[in-house]
Amino acid sequence: MTLAPERTPAHGSSKPHGINPRLRVASDAPRPQRPALKKSGRPNPAAHLTPEQIEGIGHELDALRKEVMDSRGERDAAYIRKVIKVQRYLEMGSRAALLFSGVKVKGFRPAWWIGTAGLSVAKILENMEIGHNVMHGQWDWMRDPKIHSTAWEWDNASPASQWKHSHNEIHHTFTNVLGRDNDLGYGILRVDEDQKWSLFYLFQPIWHVGNALLFEYSIAAYDLELGGYLAKKHRLSEEDKAEFRKNRDEVLAKIRRQATKDYLVHPALSAVTGSARTTLTANVVANLVRNVWTNTVIICGHFPPGISTFEKTSIDGETRGEWYLRQMLGSGNISGTKAMHVMTGNLSHQIEHHLFPDMPSNRYAEIAPQIRDLMQRHDLPYVTGSLWKQAASVYWKVVELSLPNKVEGRRRRDIIRLELKKAQRRRKTRR
Amino acid sequence: MRPRLGAHTDGPLGGLARGARRVAEALATPLVPADYLDLLDPMRAGADLRGRIVEVRPETDDAATVVIRPGRGWRGHVPGQYIRIGVDIDGVRHWRAYSLTHRADGTAAAGIPAGCVAITTKAIPEGRVSTHLVRHATPGTLVMLDQATGDFTLPTPAPAKVLFLTAGSGITPVMGMLRNHLGELADVAHVHCAPSERDVIFHRELAGHHAAGRLALSLNLDDVHGVLDLARLDTLVPDWRERETWLCGPTALLDAAEKHWADAGVPERLHVERFRPSVVEPGEGGTVTFARSSRIVEADGATAILDAGEDAGVLMPSGCRMGICFGCVVPMRSGAIRDLRTGEVTVHESDEPLPVQTCVNAVAGSCELDL
Repeated sequence: MTLAPERTPAHGSSKPHGINPRLRVASDAPRPQRPALKKSGRPNPAAHLTPEQIEGIGHELDALRKEVMDSRGERDAAYIRKVIKVQRYLEMGSRAALLFSGVKVKGFRPAWWIGTAGLSVAKILENMEIGHNVMHGQWDWMRDPKIHSTAWEWDNASPASQWKHSHNEIHHTFTNVLGRDNDLGYGILRVDEDQKWSLFYLFQPIWHVGNALLFEYSIAAYDLELGGYLAKKHRLSEEDKAEFRKNRDEVLAKIRRQATKDYLVHPALSAVTGSARTTLTANVVANLVRNVWTNTVIICGHFPPGISTFEKTSIDGETRGEWYLRQMLGSGNISGTKAMHVMTGNLSHQIEHHLFPDMPSNRYAEIAPQIRDLMQRHDLPYVTGSLWKQAASVYWKVVELSLPNKVEGRRRRDIIRLELKKAQRRRKTRR
Repeated sequence: MRPRLGAHTDGPLGGLARGARRVAEALATPLVPADYLDLLDPMRAGADLRGRIVEVRPETDDAATVVIRPGRGWRGHVPGQYIRIGVDIDGVRHWRAYSLTHRADGTAAAGIPAGCVAITTKAIPEGRVSTHLVRHATPGTLVMLDQATGDFTLPTPAPAKVLFLTAGSGITPVMGMLRNHLGELADVAHVHCAPSERDVIFHRELAGHHAAGRLALSLNLDDVHGVLDLARLDTLVPDWRERETWLCGPTALLDAAEKHWADAGVPERLHVERFRPSVVEPGEGGTVTFARSSRIVEADGATAILDAGEDAGVLMPSGCRMGICFGCVVPMRSGAIRDLRTGEVTVHESDEPLPVQTCVNAVAGSCELDL
């Protein structure tokens, strides 16, 4: 299960507000020096930039954003409508095929294979290129109430409203800030050397695989902040508890509707051809495929080597230029074909997406060369690689970081042993 | 609200329909069955009302009649009423209201095929939608529609003496009445204003009625007579005070006529259709009205509406406070706002609420939020 840290208010409400520094590129206050090394001893990839250079990057990105946003038009609207249309026809066609999924032809069930493959792709398209991006408000500019961030609900266990809070608000604002961005390991994985090690992470290869298989449910638990709630239940006010219960009921109702559809009503309809059981397995497989695929794409966005994390203190009074810089350094891309980009919901352009989360996804490929050029000119690493290379590197990292960091003069074995002893002692004193 | 299958039927069939509906809803979740049915037939009964453009016929150099076949949910209209049409222009949906000019009984007339609705619009320089409809709309395009509405209609029984006073495209609701009710009207005077003879919409049709003695048409052409001076009515229609008058045209004419009729002591004889919403002049800072919280606050041009609302104690939805999470989106009912990041001004143009991000926009003049 996913344990998310507690919900943190984005800004203190008592804080007097002038202009939010993240709204405009312009910094009059002197900015803190960026240290050359991080806590873990790794170099800071942006240490060589002056504040003026960072604001220059901000101006350049603002100009690029404006250029693309001003040119949104019929072509883009036609694109998203086409994707939605294709997805719905694919889903209807696959569901229709599954009505005959139990029918055997020469000892093999062709309709099961076709239907399951189609449904898996339909679910992936729905979650990634459509759901994720519509809920980001990428298509709000069309003023079509049916394709709008405030109205969209997706084919996933997590209700749109809760996902939008944890993803759009927390993750996209505090991208890769240790202790603020809960997406950094989802509270159960150590994916960065700068994350503190504990005994819990020894088994993280298991957590990781479980998380991938059950991804839609762990996203729901994570958006609900179930982990945080369980950890501090006794300290919460009645009001907070009531809010949690309301959200929990919302999640359970959504899961019930989702499960009824996939595991009850569709199989029941197939019973006519004796295909109830095979339709059920097809839905289970399609959901698993979707879970593993989305998880794989998402871990490639922020966890591969070469992507930076940030200290909480480094974002105090962060300017727009610095925010852009953090987004660029905190994300990584996936290279591949056009079909591959669509299947990832264009999250293969994670860097471009994080710079401009509300830009229509079909435009990311267009600006990617300019972003790459900008980063190269400033001597910043533009992290990218094939899906398999990036995913494999994350899987390796999950294994590697299940152990504590290497420290000069100490064996990792000893660190683990020490932690074990401490844990035993804590247990005894609690008794 | 979409009408639901079986919602109004009772008995065993009604129960069956309700059951089928529940199964369909369970199958379609998280979407609704309509989302799939719309793919197959967007014009079906029970769908959100849509229409397909059948023909765009030029009326004058810059006016055209748009003939639309409405979806099966179309409930008809009373002549003089208008509909709202939602058109996608450069990918963005815009809603505007237009008077209907076709026959209410669904029969063909004036070249409009049976079962179709028709509107006529004049392209004006700043009119994005009218210009699009006149110059760029193509047959086959799907548009969004609303049911007909409006009380600019003739009473039954029809009054004995009628005056129609129209200007420019203000002729359209009156043409709707003429095409449906001219036979029932005994004494019709019609004063129509246009910049020049070339600009008179429906000129041949009106002239035909005039020649046949069905109505008495007087044209006031700006290039011949100058802009209509209402004092001229005394010569054009000497008994205008005794006539029930229906008036549609630019705001200046409406305002002047209301005063003229009031001065004559017969304001109740004047029936007015106002179309052009008051134009918003974007300013720097201004008044933000939170309609449902009944709070009105003054904010400067550098303060996000979100901050202004929170300071006034309005319960504002909020999120990232930098324009990326869309957690603060609230419908704007009217007014203008300016993006604090880019300086871009968004003006509310139609009567459809426009969802806006409060965290990156400041008020530009005034605005009213549905909050």
